[in-house]
Amino acid sequence: MSDTTPMVRMAGVDKHFGELHVLRDINLEVTQGQVVVVLGPSGSGKSTLCRTINRLEPIDSGVIEIDGKTLPAEGKELARLRADVGMVFQSFNLFAHKTILENVTLAPLKVRRTAKAAAEKDGIALLERVGIANQRDKYPAQLSGGQQQRAAIARALAMKPKVMLFDEPTSALDPEMVNEVLDVMTGLAKEGMTMLVVTHEMGFARRAANRVVFMADGEIVEDSVPDTFFTAPRSNRAKDFLGKILTH
Amino acid sequence: MNVLLDNLGLYGRAFLGTIELFLIAGVGSLILGAIVAGMRVSPVPILRAFGTIYVNLIRNTPLTLILFFFAFAYPRLEIVDLSFFTRASIGLIIYTAAFVCEVLRSGINTVPVGQAEASRALGFGFGQTLTVIVMPQAIRAVVPPLTNVQIALLKNTTIASGFSVFQAGGIYQELSENGYNVLVGLLWIALGFLILVVPLTLLQRNLDRRWSVAK
Repeated sequence: MSDTTPMVRMAGVDKHFGELHVLRDINLEVTQGQVVVVLGPSGSGKSTLCRTINRLEPIDSGVIEIDGKTLPAEGKELARLRADVGMVFQSFNLFAHKTILENVTLAPLKVRRTAKAAAEKDGIALLERVGIANQRDKYPAQLSGGQQQRAAIARALAMKPKVMLFDEPTSALDPEMVNEVLDVMTGLAKEGMTMLVVTHEMGFARRAANRVVFMADGEIVEDSVPDTFFTAPRSNRAKDFLGKILTH
Repeated sequence: MNVLLDNLGLYGRAFLGTIELFLIAGVGSLILGAIVAGMRVSPVPILRAFGTIYVNLIRNTPLTLILFFFAFAYPRLEIVDLSFFTRASIGLIIYTAAFVCEVLRSGINTVPVGQAEASRALGFGFGQTLTVIVMPQAIRAVVPPLTNVQIALLKNTTIASGFSVFQAGGIYQELSENGYNVLVGLLWIALGFLILVVPLTLLQRNLDRRWSVAK
C-alpha cells in the first residue's frame, strides 16, 4: 500500500444501541505510525468506536477500512483482517486455561500456522520485551493486573499487527500498576506502531500521542494535536471535560 | 454368595457388555453433545434452530421409546442392517447427547464473553474460538454435572436388555430361568454398578482438582 493510504479509515459511521445513538457520523483517519488517543466522558462512545474497528461491534452504516481494505461483514475474510489488528482490552481477557507463553503463541500457531519453535522463540522475545518472561509458565490468574495486561499486549503483538487498538487498557488496574503498562505502550509508540488508544490517562495522551480525538455524545468534537487540545480546547464540552479532570 | 460364584462367568460377560456399551455410548454422546451444543451457540440461525429442536425433542422422549424405536421400528425402515448392539449404542448416544449438550451449554455460559472476544480479535474463526478457547473452559466448569449425565447413562444401559443386548441388566432373567434366588442376584448386580461408578467418581475428583489449580 502507498504511504497515502490511511491505516484506519472510518467514514460516515453510525451505530445505535436500540434507541441510543452511540456513534454519530464518525469520520476518522489514522495514518501509518500515528498514535491517536481518544478521550471523552464515559458514555461518549469512545470504547464503541474502538470496538467497531475490528467489528467486535457491528455498525449500522458507513465504511471502515483497514490499510485500504473494507472491513468484511463476517466469515474468513473478517478473521483474516482481524489477525492484522491487535486489540488490548480493559479486562485483559487472557485465555484463563492457557499459560502466559501459550497465550502469546496460540494465535500465531493456530491462525498464522507458524512453526512451534519459531512461535515460542518470538513469544519469549515479546514477553522479555514487556518484562514478564520469567512468568511464562504461570496461568493468567497467578499474575498481577499489570503483568496480565502486559502479557495481553505481547499476545496482540505476536500477530505482528499493522495497527493496535487499546480499549481503556489501564482502567481496570490498581494505580501502582498503571505506569508499567503505559511504559510498554509508550515504547511501542516510539517504535512507530500505529495505535488508537481509548484512555483516561492524560499524561499518556500528552507524552505519546500525535493526535487527540475528543468525543462526546457519540460525536467527534475535537481532533487536534495534544498541546492544542490541553492548552486551548475549542469546544465548550472539551473545556468542561478538561476542567473536571484537571481540577481533581 | 454362591449365586455370584456359580454364575461368575455370566456376571463377567454381562458386565463386560455393560462396560462396552457404556464406553461407546459415553464417548459418542460427549462428541454428539458437543456438536449440538456448538450448534446451539452458533451464529447461524438454522443450526441454532436445529439444536434447540433436537434437545427439546429428545430430552422429552422416554429413553425406552427411543430404544424401542431402534429395536423394532428401525429395521422396518430397511436402511442399513445394524446389529442390536449398534442400534442400542445409537439410541443411547442420541438420548444422552441431548443432556450432554445442555450441560455443556450451561458451561459455555460461565465462560466470560471477553474470552471469545479476545479470540475473535486475534483472528480465530467461530469454530476455533469454540473448540480451542471456549469449550475447554466450559468443560472445566461442568465436570460434576457431566459426570452425573455419564453415570445416568451407565445405568440406562440396562434398558438395552429390553432388546437382546447382553449386559448386566439381563442377568436376572438367566438367573431366574436357572432357579437361583433373583433377589440376591439383583443385589450383586447393584454392587457391580456401584463398583463401576467408582472410577467415574475418581475421574471427576481428579479432573476437578487438576483444573482448579490451573485456574
